[in-house]
Amino acid sequence: MLIQLRQLTKTYGTGDAAFQALRGIDLDINRGEFVAIMGHSGSGKSTLMNILGCLDTPTSGTYRYEDITVERLTADQRSILRRHALGFIFQGFNLLARTSTVENVEIPLLYRGLSRRERHEKALAAIASVGLADKLRNTPAELSGGQQQRVAIARAIVTEPSTLFADEPTGNLDTATTIEIMRLLTRLNAERGITVIMVTHEDDVAAHAKRIVRIKDGLIESDNIRS
Amino acid sequence: MLSTALNALHIALREIRRNVTRAFLTMLGIIIGVAAVITMVTLGQGTTKAVENQISSLGSNLLMLRPGAGFGPRQPNIPNFIESDVTAISEQIPGIAAIAPARGASMSTAYLQNARSTSVTGTTEDYFSINKWTLADGRFFNIADYRDGAAVCVIGNTVRKELFGSANPIGQKIRIGNASCEVIGLLAPKGQMGMGDQDDTIIVPLTTLQRRLTGHTGAHDITMISISAEDAASSDRMISEITSLMRQRRNLQPNQDNNFNVFDTRQIAETLSSSTRMMTMLLAAVAGVSLLVGGIGIMNIMLVSVTERTREIGIRLAIGARAREVLLQFLVEATTISCIGGLLGIALAVALCYGLGSLINVPVAFNPQINLVSFIFSAAVGILFGFTPARRAARLDPIDALRHE
Ligand SMILES: Nc1ncnc2c1ncn2[C@@H]1O[C@H](COP(=O)(O)OP(=O)(O)OP(=O)(O)O)[C@@H](O)[C@H]1O
Ligand SMILES: [Mg+2]
Repeated sequence: MLIQLRQLTKTYGTGDAAFQALRGIDLDINRGEFVAIMGHSGSGKSTLMNILGCLDTPTSGTYRYEDITVERLTADQRSILRRHALGFIFQGFNLLARTSTVENVEIPLLYRGLSRRERHEKALAAIASVGLADKLRNTPAELSGGQQQRVAIARAIVTEPSTLFADEPTGNLDTATTIEIMRLLTRLNAERGITVIMVTHEDDVAAHAKRIVRIKDGLIESDNIRS
Repeated sequence: MLSTALNALHIALREIRRNVTRAFLTMLGIIIGVAAVITMVTLGQGTTKAVENQISSLGSNLLMLRPGAGFGPRQPNIPNFIESDVTAISEQIPGIAAIAPARGASMSTAYLQNARSTSVTGTTEDYFSINKWTLADGRFFNIADYRDGAAVCVIGNTVRKELFGSANPIGQKIRIGNASCEVIGLLAPKGQMGMGDQDDTIIVPLTTLQRRLTGHTGAHDITMISISAEDAASSDRMISEITSLMRQRRNLQPNQDNNFNVFDTRQIAETLSSSTRMMTMLLAAVAGVSLLVGGIGIMNIMLVSVTERTREIGIRLAIGARAREVLLQFLVEATTISCIGGLLGIALAVALCYGLGSLINVPVAFNPQINLVSFIFSAAVGILFGFTPARRAARLDPIDALRHE
């Protein structure tokens, strides 16, 4: 078991303004799965993803990642977990502005104490695997949306994470580019055994996943493994 | 730990290079603040120093007697002094070490093709010692020169520069008015006094001025009497005694104001230092304002970039940086920018001080303490404003930092 959630809740705000976005999630995910999380807008998909990715903390319940009890970790320990095991892909890319492709992809490696050469080689390999070897020196402003998302994917996989989290990775992209990105994620899942957990609205996109979890009003509505 | 620090330095320098404009705008505040404070304080202190030097160059127990009231320009229709005034003072007032009458005139002077107008003072040989003039070269005139009205003169350093350039003036003949005078002495420079240049002067025997240069030997032709007291303590007494003697000699009725004035160096010193105090206060106020403007500039840039920087922090945290690593990066960034800004500010201050100092004729002596204090102050402002938003952002959950708007 890679991920195990038990009665996980998340409440935003306090008092009258409190809003329970997750109301008791039980979820198990195995190593190597490709999971799509679906649901209406406001159902709590992003909230769940952010907690799974250790970007946010749950209000109650337990979250085990491998044999780590995540809610007991300090902020620094969660950083270290993210650094070594987790990769993120955001809808809005979240690349550093005015920063070239290579430099963006190198950033996670800066916190790993690698030598300059190792950093550069790993970054180049990751960039090559997303097919952007000809855009090494371009900054995000000089790249298309699909290319920016591929830089973000290269940045996410450069540390060789065991799990990749993607919150609507194709939400800002057109159909053709969406297919490209999904092929890339499918390949990473199949070839490298990276567990991929992805939020999406679109059935076409979810069709790439092997398992679809539907969320409604902060609860799991259905959980199907595609045949 | 060391590698973490080196890493932070590496990342910080990258970020600075990537955002040169932002870095420079931040620096600008620091540069302005540091440069303004150092320049103002240095020039203020230079002026005070210059004034002190001038006062001490006047001598400590010097009294001066001038026609007219106050320090201001000569009022018309007020009689000058006559030679018997000088004699009367030296005979009737006890405690006088030396006394010298002087008559001033502005005259055209020329040497070869160089010509200029200069203040010419006719006096006696005691004038030099009373006014603390020393020789750079040659000799003063003596009693014999005075008695004969010899065609000799002693020139100040500015006159030498203007008329002779680098040539040796001693023994040369210059033209003063319509007469020709031999330069027998060169005065050691004294520098500026208030608005005037003390070295722009030619000193000749009074008899020479009367007989050869102006051709005017009227009785009322002494425009200043310099007196040195035997000791500085008696100058108050001497001022009052000279005042009553002169009132009597000038036939002033009890209801009439003095039409002359006697003052000593202490009074000059007080007048001058009260005006430099004013100026120093003014400069300090201006410096304070520029420091404030600099601080606001820094704050502005920091606030403008806070959203972008908070998101940057969110990104770094999300991909595995620890809060302390991000904070170290921001600390190094802010410190580097502030220190470079501070150094540039000091460099600008040096340039400004020498530029303005030579323009307004103020000696420049840098006060390391002020440089250090303003540097540290501005650097602290820069570091504070650079670091505080980062500290706030790094405490957030990564997702909140990423969502920052
Ligand atoms: N920071 C927050 N503070 C308060 N409420 C929040 C916050 N973030 C999310 N919510 C609320 O929690 C609920 C779930 O939000 P979430 O972002 O998880 O939805 P989602 O399923 O990702 O929706 P979408 O498909 O539109 O992205 C929403 O009703 C939202 O208003
Ligand atoms: Mg969402």
